[in-house]
Amino acid sequence: MDLLNAIVALANYVLVPGIAYGSQLALGALGVTLVYGILRFSNFAHGDTMALGAMSAVLITWGFQSIGLHLWVLPTALLALPFAILITIGLLLGTDWMVYRFYREKKAKPVIFVIVSLGVTFIYNGITRFIIGSDDKNFLDGERFIISARTFKSMTGLEEGLAIKTTQGLTVITAIIVVAVLFWFLNKTRSGKSMRAYSDNEDLALLSGINPERVVMITWIIVACLATTAGVLYGLDKSFKPFTYFQLLLPIFASAIVGGLGNPVGAIAGGFVIAFSEVTITYAWKKVLGYMMPESLAPDGLVQLLSTDYKFAVSFVILLIVLLFKPTGLFKGQSV
Amino acid sequence: MNETLRNTGLFAIIAALIIYTGFAQSWNAAMLIISMGLISSIMALGVNLQWGFAGLFNVGIMGFVALGGLAAVLIGMPPTEGGWSAGGWGIMAALLLGAGTLIVTVQVMKRMTKGWLRTLVVLALLVGGFFLFRAILDPSVAAVESINPAGTGYLGGLGLPVIIAWPVGGLFAAGAAWIIGKTALGLRSDYLAIATLGIAEIIIAILKNEDWLSRGVKNVIGIPRPVPYEIDLQNDPGFVARASEFGFTPVEASTLWVKFLYIVLFAAVLLILLWMSQRALNSPWGRMLRAIRDNEVAAEAMGKDVTARHLQVFILGSAICGIAGAMMTTLDSQLTPGSYQPLRFTFLIWVMVIVGGSGNNFGAVLGGFLMWYLWVMVEPMGLWLMNLITYNMTDGYWLKDHLIESAAHMRLMTMGAVLLLVLRFSPRGLIPEK
Repeated sequence: MDLLNAIVALANYVLVPGIAYGSQLALGALGVTLVYGILRFSNFAHGDTMALGAMSAVLITWGFQSIGLHLWVLPTALLALPFAILITIGLLLGTDWMVYRFYREKKAKPVIFVIVSLGVTFIYNGITRFIIGSDDKNFLDGERFIISARTFKSMTGLEEGLAIKTTQGLTVITAIIVVAVLFWFLNKTRSGKSMRAYSDNEDLALLSGINPERVVMITWIIVACLATTAGVLYGLDKSFKPFTYFQLLLPIFASAIVGGLGNPVGAIAGGFVIAFSEVTITYAWKKVLGYMMPESLAPDGLVQLLSTDYKFAVSFVILLIVLLFKPTGLFKGQSV
Repeated sequence: MNETLRNTGLFAIIAALIIYTGFAQSWNAAMLIISMGLISSIMALGVNLQWGFAGLFNVGIMGFVALGGLAAVLIGMPPTEGGWSAGGWGIMAALLLGAGTLIVTVQVMKRMTKGWLRTLVVLALLVGGFFLFRAILDPSVAAVESINPAGTGYLGGLGLPVIIAWPVGGLFAAGAAWIIGKTALGLRSDYLAIATLGIAEIIIAILKNEDWLSRGVKNVIGIPRPVPYEIDLQNDPGFVARASEFGFTPVEASTLWVKFLYIVLFAAVLLILLWMSQRALNSPWGRMLRAIRDNEVAAEAMGKDVTARHLQVFILGSAICGIAGAMMTTLDSQLTPGSYQPLRFTFLIWVMVIVGGSGNNFGAVLGGFLMWYLWVMVEPMGLWLMNLITYNMTDGYWLKDHLIESAAHMRLMTMGAVLLLVLRFSPRGLIPEK
């Protein structure tokens, strides 16, 4: 019985949040890794692209809510997501046309692109704060839990409850669908194949008659879909606050690099590695250990390896270790 | 000659802007702009060393500046009564143990042959070392933090003159830069950017949460000054007499005099660093760095150790940022970890370097003053613009309220736009590299 309690407590506090957070990171890291693979620079504006996409979704959701449009038990934000994606696509294509294209034609060094993307970051961030302000915004509605702790306890008779939030379930399902569609696109369609060819060897792809501007355009469209979805899911699950998305940049880049920059499978794996390391290292293990150990040995303290304030340090340390020992990442990334 | 004239003209324009502020607002405000402009210029010099000389992209300036600020607290503040006996030594022992564990682990990694045994030993060392570290650290930290938490609750500093903190701040920043440089240099240029972004966030997180070190978000206030206090000057009959000779009231004279002394100190540091940077730029070392920046492969083929030179210049540049950080905390007399924002301390400095002219030390100084002036002025200008736009709207209309409220966020957009426009249309900056 105690062992079952320990497992349930572990699932409730570590597994479920870890899977949800990992899916969000994986979606973010996929966007970063695609930009890196095709456009060949680290896009610092990705976090704020997510923020802008999520902000559009928040505003549209509020609009729907005010005219009484709801999605049964699901959050209305899902209905707003396609429209938010369209806005983000427009924004990214506009940015590419006005900013990045110039440097692409000049064949500027990657580091110039990174600086430019930093400038774009601040403009995006400014727009987001200008329109919606810098405070917490709530846009979650519908049923809160798929299964709440109380229902679970009365169902199983265990001491520990297992709560799964609707947003967590939704995050995982959406992530699976998005990733499946993305891989189908990259592997089966003509456009997807041309993208992979361009990423592998630019000159060879150009010689075979692939239009680079078209590849870049498709990339931005996919990145807009991924970033908006990730931003909305994160906003629903935690809460929407423009500042947090800039801070997400570090775990997202860590995920992409740990998996191998430019490698989509790696980005997903990296997202889960980072998410689970963060959650397990900042989780207070007292409860789980209390169930597993005999009473005399039960720990006094919280048995928390690091306080949650240092969760960014976890992704950073993992990033450093990977850079030191395997700079190409777990799955072979593009280059050192 | 033409070029010199042009550059002098640019500096003269800034001087005129500041003097205008002095007449239009107050001399106090103008002198504050000058002292922060001096500090900003020093930070810009450091970043220029990294970016302009060597082409290294550092997005962690905020972290190095904050480390300098920490040095000002650790050197300048008086030690807390009973802090060291309560837990200070325990904390030191824990930190030494932590460092020792890492060193032993690294040695084991180097000495033992690769295999499962090595992995096992390394893991055991790290896990065991970590738990031992926490076991010693936690009670000591609790003991230190329980000493009068409302007033102190931290170890305090060494109680030395705060000027010593300036070079020490540079050393702190250099240490952090060494760790980052060792891991991220020699790889792709983007990796350094991401690693520095990370270290900056972590340094700020440490400053916010480690109360025993610098009181965390409770802030350390009242760091001793290197210059006299206004109130002492006002009570000094000699000073009051001299002030009235020039037609100032004692209060006015004392605030201006203190600001003036700060400016003299900061200007001295800037001049020394500027002189050193100029010498470095024109030395064989500087030429080598530029050769590496312009063509790494060719420089490496000529037998230059690219990674070692990069590490050198990265550490030097970060140290300069650390010095500037210590100076800034000295000027503010307080360390407030909550006020360290990437926009203000990383991004603004970048804009300074690029607008001023990357690769040119005088450009960095010019950019430091100009962008600091704009930074101070953008907010009132944004508010003025918003008031102009909403002039015809009725009071209480939601759009009017929203626009005026959001004027504060104009800074983000303005700085981003300035950077993008300069990079696009004048990538060499106001004073281009020779």
